[in-house]
Amino acid sequence: MLIAEITKSRYTINNMSQKILLDKINVPGIKTYEVYRKEGGYTSVEKALKKLTPDEVVEEVKTSGLRGRGGAGFPAGMKWSFIDKKSGKPRHLVCNADESEPGTFKDRFLMEYIPHLLIEGMIVSSYALGANLSYIYIRGEYMWVYKILERAIAEAKAAGWLGKNILGSGYDLDLYVQIGGGAYICGEETALIESLEGKRGNPRIKPPFPAVSGLWANPTVVNNVETIAAVPWIVNNSGADYAKIGIGRSTGTKLISASGNIKKPGVYEIDLGLSVYEFMNSDEYLGGMSTDRPLKAFVPGGSSVPILPAHLIYKTAAGEDRLMTYESLSDGGFATGSMLGSGGFIVYDDRACIVRNTWNFSRFYHHESCGQCSPCREGTGWLEKVLHRIENGHGREEDIELLWSIQSKIEGNTICPLGDAAAWPVAAAIRHFKEEFEYHIRFPEKIKNRDHFVAEPFEKVRHLVSNVTV
Amino acid sequence: MKVTIDGQSIEVEPGTTILQAARMIGGEVVPPAMCYYSKLKGSGGKCRCCLVEVSKGSEADPRPMPKLMASCVTGCMDGMEVNSKSSERVQEARKSVTEFLLINHPLDCPICDQAGECDLQNLSFEHGKSKTRFIEEKRTFEPEDIGPNIQLHMNRCILCYRCVMVADQLTDNRVHGVMDRGDHSNISTCISKAIDNEFSGNMIDVCPVGALTDKTFRFKSRVWFNKPYNAHRNCDKCCGKTTVWMFGDEIQRVTGRKDEYHEVEEFICNECRFDHKDPKDWVIEGPRKFEKDSVINQNNYTRKLDKVEIATEKNILLGREVDRKKISMKTTPLTEEDIINQKNLGNHG
Amino acid sequence: MERKHYTQQINITDALMARINELLSHYPSDKRKSALLPILHEVQDAHDNWLSIELQDKVAEIIGIKPVEVYEVVTFYTMFNQRPIGKYMFEFCQTSPCCLNGVENLMDYTCNKLGVKVGEPTADGMFEVRGVECLGACGYAPMMQLGDFYQEHLTEEKIDQLIADCRDNKITLHDK
Repeated sequence: MLIAEITKSRYTINNMSQKILLDKINVPGIKTYEVYRKEGGYTSVEKALKKLTPDEVVEEVKTSGLRGRGGAGFPAGMKWSFIDKKSGKPRHLVCNADESEPGTFKDRFLMEYIPHLLIEGMIVSSYALGANLSYIYIRGEYMWVYKILERAIAEAKAAGWLGKNILGSGYDLDLYVQIGGGAYICGEETALIESLEGKRGNPRIKPPFPAVSGLWANPTVVNNVETIAAVPWIVNNSGADYAKIGIGRSTGTKLISASGNIKKPGVYEIDLGLSVYEFMNSDEYLGGMSTDRPLKAFVPGGSSVPILPAHLIYKTAAGEDRLMTYESLSDGGFATGSMLGSGGFIVYDDRACIVRNTWNFSRFYHHESCGQCSPCREGTGWLEKVLHRIENGHGREEDIELLWSIQSKIEGNTICPLGDAAAWPVAAAIRHFKEEFEYHIRFPEKIKNRDHFVAEPFEKVRHLVSNVTV
Repeated sequence: MKVTIDGQSIEVEPGTTILQAARMIGGEVVPPAMCYYSKLKGSGGKCRCCLVEVSKGSEADPRPMPKLMASCVTGCMDGMEVNSKSSERVQEARKSVTEFLLINHPLDCPICDQAGECDLQNLSFEHGKSKTRFIEEKRTFEPEDIGPNIQLHMNRCILCYRCVMVADQLTDNRVHGVMDRGDHSNISTCISKAIDNEFSGNMIDVCPVGALTDKTFRFKSRVWFNKPYNAHRNCDKCCGKTTVWMFGDEIQRVTGRKDEYHEVEEFICNECRFDHKDPKDWVIEGPRKFEKDSVINQNNYTRKLDKVEIATEKNILLGREVDRKKISMKTTPLTEEDIINQKNLGNHG
Repeated sequence: MERKHYTQQINITDALMARINELLSHYPSDKRKSALLPILHEVQDAHDNWLSIELQDKVAEIIGIKPVEVYEVVTFYTMFNQRPIGKYMFEFCQTSPCCLNGVENLMDYTCNKLGVKVGEPTADGMFEVRGVECLGACGYAPMMQLGDFYQEHLTEEKIDQLIADCRDNKITLHDK
C-alpha cells in the first residue's frame, strides 16, 4: 500500500451519538492542523490557559465524572488530584497509547484520523497537572500512527501551541511521542513508565504509585488516549454538561471497538447507557450478526473480561435490560456479569469454539507475561499448555478442575493485573461453557478439524455431554 | 508503630516492612522469601512466596486489604494486623507459589550442588506436595558458559533477580542480565561472556537455588559432608571474613557468612572465594552454627549427642532377629512369642 | 542461554545519526537511556530490519549505557529481530478476532504459496511469515503487518497481489 492511500479514511462511520470524540471525524482533512483548527480545534487550550487555573480544569474533569477509558474505569479527575504537587519535583503527563488488549482498536482510530484532538487534550491536561514535559507512549506496531503524531506535534508547535510561554500565558510544555517495541504489558502504567525509561517492561511494585514516583521518580499521571481526548470537550463546555450524558456513574460517551461475527465491525462512539441489544442489532451500530448464524457469546470489554453466554447478553440475571455502562455490564458479578473494560466488544456466533478461543486468549497472555513474578510467569504457560491439549484432543477429565485451580492460584497473587487478565477468561469459559470442555475431552475425534463447530455447532452435539436429562 | 503478626505484637520504626517486622519477632511467623534480600536495594516482590494477609490496614484505616500482600515490600502501618502462618489463605497461596516454582524446575536435587542449602528445597519441604499435577514437557534452556568460576544452570533458576542486583550494586560493569521475557526469561550475558569482575562470586551466595554454583566446588562433596568453619584473612579487597567448608584438612569451598535467612553478613571478593583453598591462608575461628532444621546439621557440631538412637532401632533389631530365626529354623525353632511377633510385624509391614 | 551469532555490516549514516540525536533531545540530558527504544527502531530499519550484537553494542556506545542494558531490552520486545529475517515479513495477527475471520487458513495459504513454514525465510530471503499477537485491528480482520503498515480485510486474492507487489518492488516498508 502506498503512503498516499492511507491518508484517506478507510473506515466510514456515522451514528447519532458521535458527539464528543468523533463529532468531526468525517470532515474532510480533519487530520491536518488547518482543518482541525478551522473546525474549532485548540479552543480549549485558549480557554484553559487564558481563563482557568490548573485547579479549575481539574475541578471540571472531576465534575464530569469522566472515568479512565483504558479499562480500569478509575475517575480521571480523582487520579489527577493525587499527583504530588508539594515535592517541587517536575511533573509529567504520559498518555497511554499502548493499546493492545485483544478486541480493542479505538485509540488507534482516534490518533490516526484526528490526531490533533489528542494533542489538544494533552496540552490542556498537562496544564491542569502542572506538567512541562509530557509524552505519548504508543505501541511499536502503530509505527505509521507514531509518524502521524510526530508530524501533528510539529504542526502544533509551529502554530504556537507547544513550547515556551504558550499564548503568552507563561506556561511551557514540551510534548513528544515515544514508540514501544512490542509488548502488551507496557499498557500497564508502571511497565509503560519503565519502558519509557528505556528498560524492559517489568511492572513496578506499588506503592509508590506514579502520582508520587513515576517517570524518572517524578510525580506522573498516566491516562489512556480516549480519556485525554475527552478533556477538550469538557473544558470547552463543562464538566456538568458531560455528566448529563450517560447513566449514574457512567457519564459521557465511550468508544467501542466492535469485532467478530457482526455485520458492521469498527469503532463507535456511544452514549453510555445505550442498551446492548440496540448496540448489537440497530443498523446505526453493529447491524446484527454477519451471517444468519445465531449469537453464541460475547466479550464486552477486551479479552481479559469474562465472556458471557447468549442468555446473559441482552438481559442481566435479574431480568433487567443489559446496558452499555460500567455498572450494568458488571451486574451479577463474575457469576453472571462481565465488565465494560476497554470497550473491546467481540461477538461470537455458533461456529466459534469457546475452548479454542480460551486457548487463544491464554496463548496471548502467556506470550505477553513479563516473567517477573512466579504465578504469572509459570501459571500462564501452564494454562496455555493444558488448554492446547484439550483443544487438540488430548484432554483428561481432571483437566477442567486443574484449569480452574491454576487460574484461581494466579488471580490476585501477582504484581500487576496481567495475572488476573489471564485468569478471568479461563474462569468465565469454564463457568459458562463447561459442557464444551467436556465435549472436547470425551470426543477427541470430533474436534480434530480446527473449524469443528462450523459444520456441526455445539448445540447439535450438546446432548452428548449434557448433564440435564430430558 | 505497633504491628501485630499472628497475634504477636512488636514496636517498629516507620519504614519497616512486614517481613522485617516478622523477622524481628522470629519463629514461625516469618514468611519464606525467595527473592527478597535485605542487602540488595530494590529486591523483593517478585517470587510471591512471602504473601501475607493484612486483616487490619492500620489504626487510622482499619479496613482489611482485599488482596494478599507481598510482605517484603509492604510497609507496616501503626495498628496493622497481619496473618501469616495462621491464615489458611496465606498457606494456600504459599502452596500455590511453591507449585508454580516447581512445575518447570528440573527437580535434579540428587546431582545439584545446592542440595542441602537450597531455599527451594526448604520451601517445598514446608509447602510442597509429593505429587505433581504438571504433565506437560518442562521448559529447558541451552546451557551457557559464563566463565571459569561460576556454573550457570538456567533450568533451576527462579528469576529472583538477586544476581543481577549484585552485579549492578557491587560492580560497575554488569555484563549479565535477564534476557527474553515471560517463562522464557533467562539469566544470560547474551554473548557467552565470562563474568569476571572482582565481586562476581557473590552471585553464587545470593542465588537461592542451584542456578549459580561455585565451579571450583563442583561435584566435590555434598554440602552436608563438609564441616563449615568461620575463618578470616587479611584482604585488601573485602572484609576477608568467610566461611570455609572443609573435608578433613582440605578447604573445598569458601563462601560468605550466612545468617539464619541465608543472607550473607558481608559480601566477599573473588580472591578470597576462589583462590585461597589452603588452610594456611586462613585464621580459623571455630565451627559455624546452623539453624536446627538444616540438613547440614548432620555433620556439624552445634549439638552434642551423648547417645545416637534411631527411633525405629528397636524394631530393626527385632526384625533382624526374626530373619535370623527364619533362616535357621531347624536348630532354633520359633517360640509362641516369636510367632506372635512375626505376625505383628507382618501386619505393620 | 547460548545464542547463535550472526554478523552484519554496520553503517551509521549521518542522516541516521542526526535522527538519533533528535530522538535523544526528547529527553532530559541525564536520561539518555529513555531514547533506547525509538533509537533501536531507527537503527534496525536502517540495517535490514535486524540487530546484531555488534550493532547493539554500537547503540550502547552512542547512548552511553552498558551493552547488557541494550540486550535486555532487545530480547524483551518482540519487534526487535536478533537474526537476519525475510525482507518482506508478513506478520499475521493470530489472536481471537482475527481467527474468527479465518486468519489461520489464510496463514496456511500464504505459507503454501511461498513454500515455507512459519518463522522461516524463503530461500531468496525475500519473504517470511510470522504469527504475532493482537495488532489492534480486530474490526478489520483478518489482517497483518507488513513493514510499518497494516494490511487489512485480507483475502487470498489480496495475499496474491501483495506477494506480486513485493516482487515488483512496489511495497513501501518504512515511512521515513
